[in-house]
Amino acid sequence: MKIAIIKYNAGNTQSVAFALDRIGVSYAITDNPEEIKAADKVIFPGVGEASTAMKYLSDKNLDQLLPQLQQPVLGICLGMQLMCRFSEENETHCLNIFDETVKRFEATQINKVPHTGWNNLKQCKGWIGPEFENTFVYFVHSYYVPINQYTVAQTDYIAPFSAAMEKDNFFAVQFHPEKSADIGEKILKQFLKN
Amino acid sequence: MLTKRIIPCLDVKDGRTVKGVNFEGLRDAGDPVSLGALYAKQGADELVFLDISATNEGRGTFAELVKEIAAECTIPFTVGGGINSVQDVDRLLKAGADKVSINSSAVKNPNLITELAKEFGSQCIVLAIDAQLVNDSWVVYTHGGKKSTDKELFSWALEGQQRGAGEILFTSMNHDGTKNGFAVEALRALGQKVTLPIIASGGAGTMNHFVDVFKEGGADAALAASVFHFGEISLPHLKSYLRDHNIAIRN
Repeated sequence: MKIAIIKYNAGNTQSVAFALDRIGVSYAITDNPEEIKAADKVIFPGVGEASTAMKYLSDKNLDQLLPQLQQPVLGICLGMQLMCRFSEENETHCLNIFDETVKRFEATQINKVPHTGWNNLKQCKGWIGPEFENTFVYFVHSYYVPINQYTVAQTDYIAPFSAAMEKDNFFAVQFHPEKSADIGEKILKQFLKN
Repeated sequence: MLTKRIIPCLDVKDGRTVKGVNFEGLRDAGDPVSLGALYAKQGADELVFLDISATNEGRGTFAELVKEIAAECTIPFTVGGGINSVQDVDRLLKAGADKVSINSSAVKNPNLITELAKEFGSQCIVLAIDAQLVNDSWVVYTHGGKKSTDKELFSWALEGQQRGAGEILFTSMNHDGTKNGFAVEALRALGQKVTLPIIASGGAGTMNHFVDVFKEGGADAALAASVFHFGEISLPHLKSYLRDHNIAIRN
């Protein structure tokens, strides 16, 4: 199995790479369209800022390629947000795989932003099976995707939001499976099974 | 529900953990990689590795070590100590660190926070503040608590937030090392000033201190070192104790 991890300007792709090392699958970290197209599975990780990341993707023509991929694609954190239509983070037009808008959390004294730490998954279905109901995963983000028709797991913070999504061959998680201990590893394996 | 985080902190010098760590079943307690992995297995929510090397050589060793930690560590970890520039952060994040904490360098050059947040995102920038209560004012200190500054805790934390820090790690020098509990009142006041997550540090001695820091202090995370390293408090015990006190804790 060949896995392509999309290379980013700002993003700790290395953490995803190490998680795959621990699982024992091989991968290439790449922004080469041909290599991405040829991969069996594609992981689209990301931390950082939306408009900078989109600019990098369009400079590499990956903004055209990614929505057309046929193999299973997993977006992580910023990767998931960029798979949406539009992000309020610097008013950024994104990949429009999921026709949804990414919104900013409104901070209060009780609900700090970024949403940082371990929170539980609810109403798990689709590729995030019911075995993950109420398991804890690690989040760190200031923007979120509201609940929508593609939501397959949700988490409560200020309001319920999409913790995971699915549409055809596109899978996405707002949390960091690569940093979510044993549960995160199981979720990565779940994706790799697709 | 978002849970409160327990964060063991490991001081590393020239690639080895300092402070005598006494653990059964750990072949090499001086090895930060195995100790980190053990804490992760025991239920730590995050880890902090603080480089206290005094030499460039030691700092180089630390950067290499970060790679080894990242390869093993299945939970998020922050690295700090001697970080002065965008290049320093770039190297550490590329090695696999999830966050960096900055302290003295940010006081000296507050614009560093702005630059780092812009370059890498707020989520990986922890502003560490060491402060001491002097004549009713929380004075910010740098260089491991050796140098006082003209900054004050609350306004400095707020400036950090405005410049794009993603978390505040507040160490009370009055409480650090005392094992008499965290700076609960100052933490509560800090929580009313900023809307960033706050990591409390300094003063952990008993499991009840952790109850207080979350319930009374309103902290989002609590950091401690020696109580964990010397086995005075075990992580699994602490977590079930906090759960029994109705504090949201990851299982």
